[in-house]
Order: sequence, then structure tokens, then C-alpha cells
Amino acid sequence: MVRLVTYRRALPFLPVLTLLAMLGPVGAGLIGTFLPAFGHLPAAGLVGPSLDPFRDLFGWAGLPRAVMLSLSTGIVATAVSLLIVVLITAGWSGTRVFRVLERMLSPLLSVPHAAAAFGLAFLIAPSGWIARLLSPGITGWERPLDLLIVQDSWGLTMTAGLIVKEVPFLLLITLAALGQTDAKRSVTIAQALGYGRLTGWLKTVFPRVYAQIRPPIYVVLAYAMSVVDVAVILGPNTPPSLSVQIVKWMSDPDLAMRLQAAAGALLQLALVMGALGAWRLAELIVAAAGRRWIATGARGKLDVIVAQSALGFGAASALAILLGLVVLAIWSFAGYWGFPDAFPDELTLRNWMRHGPGTLAALGETALIAVTVASAALLLTIGCLEAEYRYRLRFGGGAVWLLYLPLLIPQTAFLPGLQTMLLNLGADVGRVPVMLAHLVFVLPYVFLSLADPFRAWDTRMGTIAAALGSSPDGVLWRVRLPMLLRPILTALAVGLAVSVGQYLPTLLIGGGRVATLTTEAVALASGGDRRAIGVYGLMQTGAALVPFALALLIPALVWRNRRGLRHG
Amino acid sequence: MKHLAVLAALLAPLPALADVNPADWDAVTAEAAGQTVYWNAWGGSTTTNDFIAWVGARVAEEYGVTLEHVKLTDTADAVTRVLSEKQAGENDDGAIDMIWINGANFAAMKEADLLFGPYAEQLPNWAIVDAEGKTVQTDFTVPVEGFESPWAMAQVVFVHDTADMPARLGSMQALLEWAQANPGRFSYPQPPDFLGTTFLKQVLVDILPDPSVLAVPVTDATYDAVTAPLWAYLDTLTPNLWREGKAYPATGTAMFPLIADGELDLSISFSPGAASTAIANYELPDTVRTFVLDKGTIGNASFVAVPYNSGSKAGAMVVANFLLSPEAQARAQDPAILGYGTVLNMDALSADDRALFDALELGIATLSPAELGSVQAEPHPSWMTRIADDWMTRYGVSQ
Repeated sequence: MVRLVTYRRALPFLPVLTLLAMLGPVGAGLIGTFLPAFGHLPAAGLVGPSLDPFRDLFGWAGLPRAVMLSLSTGIVATAVSLLIVVLITAGWSGTRVFRVLERMLSPLLSVPHAAAAFGLAFLIAPSGWIARLLSPGITGWERPLDLLIVQDSWGLTMTAGLIVKEVPFLLLITLAALGQTDAKRSVTIAQALGYGRLTGWLKTVFPRVYAQIRPPIYVVLAYAMSVVDVAVILGPNTPPSLSVQIVKWMSDPDLAMRLQAAAGALLQLALVMGALGAWRLAELIVAAAGRRWIATGARGKLDVIVAQSALGFGAASALAILLGLVVLAIWSFAGYWGFPDAFPDELTLRNWMRHGPGTLAALGETALIAVTVASAALLLTIGCLEAEYRYRLRFGGGAVWLLYLPLLIPQTAFLPGLQTMLLNLGADVGRVPVMLAHLVFVLPYVFLSLADPFRAWDTRMGTIAAALGSSPDGVLWRVRLPMLLRPILTALAVGLAVSVGQYLPTLLIGGGRVATLTTEAVALASGGDRRAIGVYGLMQTGAALVPFALALLIPALVWRNRRGLRHG
Repeated sequence: MKHLAVLAALLAPLPALADVNPADWDAVTAEAAGQTVYWNAWGGSTTTNDFIAWVGARVAEEYGVTLEHVKLTDTADAVTRVLSEKQAGENDDGAIDMIWINGANFAAMKEADLLFGPYAEQLPNWAIVDAEGKTVQTDFTVPVEGFESPWAMAQVVFVHDTADMPARLGSMQALLEWAQANPGRFSYPQPPDFLGTTFLKQVLVDILPDPSVLAVPVTDATYDAVTAPLWAYLDTLTPNLWREGKAYPATGTAMFPLIADGELDLSISFSPGAASTAIANYELPDTVRTFVLDKGTIGNASFVAVPYNSGSKAGAMVVANFLLSPEAQARAQDPAILGYGTVLNMDALSADDRALFDALELGIATLSPAELGSVQAEPHPSWMTRIADDWMTRYGVSQ
């Protein structure tokens, strides 16, 4: 009884606790970045304020290019992904092709960024699989061309690597928004007025959809501008992008470089904020142009071509991930594989025998962290949503932005500060701080994934159960949660996949002692052993993919005789 | 048992952790049993990782020491870590118990009093180390004084695929001319990677008429004049590098797949046996061979050091001593495993132990000790730091 009472008392505070878990580390990390950026790092015997860190930062010869790279890769990747997603949705939603795409979404989404980046590199490098398949027969190349494709100075390959991963994410978000826009009837009316399917959708549905998907687009922009693992694998190095350089400075033996790193982190934060502002301005311009376009009454002569090419780009980005995984798999079993052979001389289990034990240890660590963090996030989320339901809490539009806030602050802006702060506090690095850092990124995704289905649950079920004598807890545990089994498992799988893919929080907060599949795989990037990368990349993908498969399978088994619940 | 554990937990923080005396080896092994040693070592090479895992299995079996390999991308990370711990007052049980180290990182840690020691010459296996013939008592001209224990010898060799590039080259000048005639077929790892900076030093040592100026710390007065030929050399070489010098391989091992693919004909390695090992692991074609320059090439030893704030110093010393055992040294030298040069003195070994080494097949791409020729000394670390910084400004951010 006592436990139940405290539990009920705790419930109203869960939303506060959740916010604290999400925003606390971000705030602490930003303070931990702000102070050293102005020369204040008592641990190193440095007391500010001073502008020297910024002077050093602006004195670094690589800064203009690093800043340009951060801006260009982030903005181009976001704009191109959004364009592909919008045009595919406009041209194909409601068709059979679209349903095929929908079905491929979960697996594509769950492939970690690092694995997708490795796969892409192994595909499109001058000695990559595509060149091997075409050589020497079609191209006549006996040796790979000396072409700067991977790690190109403009970051184009890195941008492509980001696009192939952001397209499925934005498509998922768009699909969710589509459900609330009454799109079908709008398009039908537009078509009846003679508009093409694509033009009709853009003119009637897109403005409503965009208003809903704006926060996740900003998240993609902030992420793409400050990503580290993809940049390490695919990005240039002479100089690297600003975020990669910040991480390098953080690991310099000279502690004074941490001040420069902190100054860089603040610059990164300013860049992201500036880019978000510029994006908002561009939205207004596009909206004005769009209204003029609508007013012209153009019916869309080019619809078919545009829709076809959008589908082509979308398919290419999906194919890049899938073929990338195939080539990772081939490398993981490859014996000697010289250029331009399309396949290895022999397939062998040796690579798996060699790296198997190492991957299993890393898998254990990965799973322990992911399961703990995703479960905690799920509990907090359900608690928040239930509190909202029971106490009729109302969150305004601003609350959604609070959820997105930790995803809008670039990781490189607050994680270095958080590491310095933990160190100053004498808190031991290791698994628990890493879990707390993961929670910051996992919570928003779990919440966003579960909130809509949870709120959409038919509350009359609760009324019936209460009328039959069930307590509010009974309603939650015996009616609501079982009915929501599938979305709950999906939210859990999302949380697991997000945690599995975390690179920077694990690296910086773990102090190198916490070795997950992702940190191990990215560490292998510098060694260039493609067989080992193949093994780790596949294991990493598996760790993220299996939970999604289970989230589909378990409800189908549990509700095999309850057809109405299977799609929860 | 439970009471004992509680008692131990209560007592543990008390003795202000007087460090174990390295000379009292029985006490060291007794204290080591049950300790966990976090060995921070570069983790980019899977063969090295496998070797370290094997060391872990052996010391667990023999001494009850648990060895955890913390895989670094850059050894400087570990130095930072210890430094930050000292600043934060973590003096008793830091995150790092042992570091694979040499050169500038060692010089920095020794100077900042971040190392435990001296301990190396008290290890039982020090007796069989070839202290006379190998550079194990100085590290890049810095006196070691027992603050790190050697475990492998490295020497620069050039790795070439004879299918595309049959002849060896005798000097760095010859390499430059070959690269101009064959643009895009050579590269070196991007400094500050240690092999990349080693390449820069190798250029300098080979093209200077008298490299002895590099043995003393750099001064502003000497730096510009001494390094001018290096920058002239690189200005000519860079446009003829792989990808025209707009991208570099991250590390030495990252160049092997590029040779296997035929992107590169020539690269360098700091491990005379690594090419043979890579052939055995399908990472290089069996047409690959190695060579050294006419005047010889730079060589140095790899060491392990123990941070002053390690909580498992005894365990770390047990691992350091095990690394010097004939068993571990012979395994490290086996090109099918690692292919690193031994630091042991063959004459000091028993007949059985020497047989371990005699039985090794060095591999088709590995030069014999006689063919490896004379070893050139490493310049003082201060040179490397300045040259690496300058390189980054000149070539690392300009593309």
C-alpha cells in the first residue's frame, strides 16, 4: 500500500523528472563549455575571463574551411533529403510503390549511421564494389582511378552519407504528419480541378505537413552540421569539419587546447543557431514564392518526370544503404580480394573467428547500455503520458520544442563541457554517466514515438474498465498498456536503435573505457581493415535491427487470436 | 569469505596506497592477483588487438591479472586523461593502468611527473633484454631511466608491390624522382599520426648531409635552416602523392588495402614483419616485398609505461614483465601473429627459449636482421612536434 501511495505521489512529478533528465546534462554541458571558452578552467590552473581561446581559434588556419564544411554539408544534406522526401510523398503517397517504401522504412532507419557510412565508402570509392563490378569489362580499368571520392575536400561524399540516412527518417516523420492532415480528400479535390497528383499535393497538403514536420527538420539540420562519426568515416581531413576538429582538440595532451575546443564548441553552437535562423528565413521566402505559384494556377505539366526522378533518388538512397550492407557482409567473409575482381577469391569464416569474441564483448556492453537506457526512457515516457491523462495536464505548442531542444543543441557543443564538468566533480567515468548521456538523446525519440498512439487510445475503454471496478492503475496496466503493446515495443526498439548508434556521448563521457559496437567500429576506421569493419558494421546493424523485428513479431504472436489488437 | 571481502573493502583505502616495491617481485605478483589492468593501446590494428587479447588470456591464467584493452585512436588521448585526472585530484585510482607509449608522449609524461617508476630495470625479465644492442634505454634521445619498459622494436621499411614496382629505391631523393615519374602511387599517413611524422623525419634524416644536428633539442636558430630542404622536398612531392595530397590515409595499416587494390605501389611501415603478416591475413597480395634505404632507416622501441595514479601498478608490472618473456616475444615476432622485432638478447636466452625464435618463419616479405642494415637514431622529440605543427599548417589545412 505504501509503495502504491508513493508511486501515485511520484506520478505528477514524472514530467518534471523527465525534463530534468533531458535538459539537465545539456545545461550542465553548456556551462562546462562556456567557462573554458572564456579561459576559465580551474582544473588546469587557468582562471578567466580571457578572450585568448577565441584568438587561438580564429588563428587556426583551417577554420574558414572547417566552418564552410560544417555549414555546407549540414544545409545541403538537410535540403536535399527534405526535397526527396517531399517529392516522393507528393508524387506517390497512396500508391503501391509507396507502400513498398513504407515497409522498407524500419530496417533502413535502424541501420546505424556509422555502418551506413562504411557501406557507402566500400561502394563508391575508386576501388569500391561498383567500380569492381564494372571493371575491367565496361570501364577498362585494371587499376582504380586516382580520384578523390571518399573524403573529398567539399564533403560531398559525407553529405551523401547523411542524405541516405536522413531520407528514411524524414519520410517516417512525414508519414506520421500525413495521418493528421486529411491529405487524401485534398488531393482528390485538387485532381478533380485538373491538378496533377504531385502539384495538387504540394499546393494543398504540403503547407499543413510542413508545419508539423518543422521541428524534426531542424533536428536533422543541427545533427548534420555537427555530426562526428559520419564525418570521420566519409569527410575530408585537410582540414576536417569543425566538429571533428573540436573532438581532436579535446584529446590533445596540451590542456590549453581544451580552451580552444570549448571556443570552437561555442562557435559550432552559434553556427547551428545561425543556420536554423537562416532556414527559418528561407521558409518565409519559399512560402511567399509558393503562394505566388499557387496563385498562377499551374496544373503541373512536369509532374510525372519530377515524381519519377524523386523516386529514382529515393530508391538510390535506399539502395545505397542496402548494397552497403551487402558489401560489408562480403568483406566480413572475404579472403584475398584484389581489384578489379567483382568477388573475393574465396569466402572464409576466419574473419568472424578472429573478431567474433571482440564483437561479442562489445555487443554485451552495447546491449546492457541500450536496454537500460531505452527501458528507463520508456518508463519515464509512459509515466509522463499517464500523468498528462490522469491530471488533465495540457502542454502548449512550446512543450514540443522542449522535447526537441536536446536534439537541436549540437552534441559537440555540450558533450565536451559535460566531460570536463564530470571530471572536475571527480565523478568516475564509465557506464553510468554514459547511460545518463544516452538518455538525453533516447528520451525524445521514445517520447515522440509513443506519444501519438498513447494519446489516440480510445479513452472509453478506460471508462468501461472503471465502471467494471478497475482502479486507475488497473486501467493502465491491464487495459491500456496491453492494448498499446505494439507501439510500446516500437518505441522501445527506437530507443534501443538510438542508443546503439551513439558515438560521441559514449566516446567522450565513457573516457574510452566503455567500448560499444559503435565506438569500436569507428575506431577501426583509422586502421582501414575492411574485414574487421565488415564484421563490426554488421554486428552493429544487427543490434539495432533485431529489436525492430521483435517489435513486429511479438505483438503478432501475443495477439495471434486478437485480430483487432495486432495493429495496436 | 564475505567478512574477508568487507574487511578488505574497509582496509583498502587506508594504507594511503604505498606503492609496491618493484624489486620485491614476490610481493608484486601477490598483489597483482585479482587486479584489473586497463591497458591503453592504439586499437586500429586488428593483429595488435588480437595479440593483446592473447596477453590478457595468458596473464589471467598465470597471475590472475585481468587485462582490459582500451583501444585508442591516438595515444595522446591517454596522456590527456592522466593529466586531467591529476588536475582533478584523482591520485589513487585513475582510469589508466598502462600505456603503450614512446617518443613525445613519453617525454611529456615523464617531464610532468605523470609516470610511476623507475620500475623497468627491476623486472625479472630485464636480465634477458638486449640493453646494449637495442635502443631501449633512450627513447627518441630522452633517457628512459626505468620509467617505461620496452616490448617491441620497430624500424622503418618501405613496402612495395613488385607486380607494379619491381625495383627498390636507395634514397629519399630516388623516392621523389620515382614519385614524379609515377604520380598518385605513393602516400604516407597524415601527421600527426606517428608513422606520418616518422616519414617526415625519415626524409629529413636521409636528405641532410649531417643529421647529427637533430640529436639535440630544436632551437629557433636552427629550425628554419635545417628544415628548409624538407619543405622544398615536400612541395615537390605533394602534388605527386595519391589524391594529389588532398587526402591522406589515416594510419599505416590503412595503406595496406590501398596496395591490395592497386591504388598505391609504395608505402611505408614501422614494422619490418607487418607486410608478411598482412599477406598471411589476405590483406596484401603475395607479390609485396619490403626494402630499406642505402643509409639505413629510423628505428625505435615501443614501451609500456604505468601512470603514477594507477590503482593496479603491480598488475601492470606483471603484464610488462610478461611482455618481455621469451614466450610473448617469440609470439610477437611471428609474422603470422604480429611481426614485431624482439627486444631480447638471443645470447642471454636458454637453448629452449632460443629455439622458439629459431623456429620462426620470418615470412617472404620480411628482411633478415642483416638486410635491415643500420638503424638511424630518432631525432629529439622537440623536432617532431614542431615539424608536425608546421606540416599541418602547410599541407593539413590548405586543400
